[in-house]
Amino acid sequence: MSTKISRESFIRSIADLLRKAEIELPDDVMNALRKAETTEENQVAKSQLQAILKNLEIAKKHGVPMCQDTGIMIFFVEIGSEFQPGFDLEAAIREAVVLATAEIPLRPNAVDPLTRKNSGNNTGVGIPDIHWKLIPGNQLKITAAPKGAGSENMSALRMFNPTETGSIKNFVLETIVNAGGMPCPPLTIGVGIGGSFDAAARLAKEALLEPLDAPMEGLEREIFEAVNSLGIGCMGLGGSTTALSVHMKTAHCHTASLPVAVNIQCWANRHASVVFGRDE
Amino acid sequence: MEYHLQTPLKKEDIEKLNAGDIVYISGEILTARDEAHARILEMGEKKEELPFSLEGAVIYHCGPLMQQTENGWKVISAGPTTSGRMSKMTPSLLKAHGVRAIIGKGGMKGVTDALKSRCVYLAYTGGCAALAAELIKEVKTVHWLDLGMPEAVWVLRVEEFGPLIVGIDTKEKDIFAEVREKAQKQLEKHE
Repeated sequence: MSTKISRESFIRSIADLLRKAEIELPDDVMNALRKAETTEENQVAKSQLQAILKNLEIAKKHGVPMCQDTGIMIFFVEIGSEFQPGFDLEAAIREAVVLATAEIPLRPNAVDPLTRKNSGNNTGVGIPDIHWKLIPGNQLKITAAPKGAGSENMSALRMFNPTETGSIKNFVLETIVNAGGMPCPPLTIGVGIGGSFDAAARLAKEALLEPLDAPMEGLEREIFEAVNSLGIGCMGLGGSTTALSVHMKTAHCHTASLPVAVNIQCWANRHASVVFGRDE
Repeated sequence: MEYHLQTPLKKEDIEKLNAGDIVYISGEILTARDEAHARILEMGEKKEELPFSLEGAVIYHCGPLMQQTENGWKVISAGPTTSGRMSKMTPSLLKAHGVRAIIGKGGMKGVTDALKSRCVYLAYTGGCAALAAELIKEVKTVHWLDLGMPEAVWVLRVEEFGPLIVGIDTKEKDIFAEVREKAQKQLEKHE
């Protein structure tokens, strides 16, 4: 079965997807922030959570981005092996980013890493950053996840010795302590374990997309509780709300390796998805 | 405690503030980040006069996104930027000018001495750019646009700008430093 969509309507959908991601947070993130506001006992932290919720309300009301750092454009694409777009998907996504940058508007954030010259439209070499995954079926699912620099800059990766699995928890805690208030907590923490140097980082980023209300198990819960015992709190001003969730993703790795990546996400855990070719 | 302050700030307005208090500011605030700080210091060395007054002033670490309309400048987005980058330049700036409050995010290291009996550091919630834009009622004027939009000095009229948390008060109490120390101790317990 072939699935046809026009290039024009695809670009429109992706620009709209970015608008949605920049202006409102997914329900699970909203629920976690609301819950934190009710359970937090530290009055300073509570005031920060209230400001965040009010900010989100205003962003939605006026249709403006929730944060001035509108992020670097990251897409996760799951493409069904029977899905036939009939046009260059990557080029169309790039075009949608340029359109969204002018329309919403978004802050132009993409620069050459060495000359620091800004492209002016949020595209460039390797940007948007598109992660492709081939899946069975005839659908195309696209998730847009614009990522801010404040939290990305505080992320970390370490290649452990294979016998050091007991050190993973402390590595995450150290990373969070070093970050303090700089990544704008309350945080979502993604931990990628195994794979290779780059695969671990990708796993950590994918873990950020796990629903915040998905149950945390074993080490995830242990790290979550330890992180919130640090007392860093909302914006680094103290309190018990440092992280909203900790999720891990693992992959088999070389018997001689243990890569561990910690990807940090600020309170604005922005992402939105759209599915094409869904059976009517 | 919660305080509602009006600019220009007097010494007694800020001396009563304690780290952890909540503050809302109405009146005039000036944005200044990396480049503006550097220029203020440079002009000071050359004994040149600034085109704006910093007496009783409130400096906001912010690189706003502005839009020029028929009726002048309009604020699109104006959240706080990381104050840490301005830490080194701040003591000299405070020595030369009567700035009474600095607004930013993430705290500042090595400035408690310079702030003592002189100025407070107020933390504004990171990322809350839509809320900030709503509390900025007017762009009064802009200086040094040659530095680029985010680096220019924007003079803004604000109403009840906040909530701002007193992060560092005039009595050398620094919440960010206390939280960092406590977290470090907790971390050692886990090791």
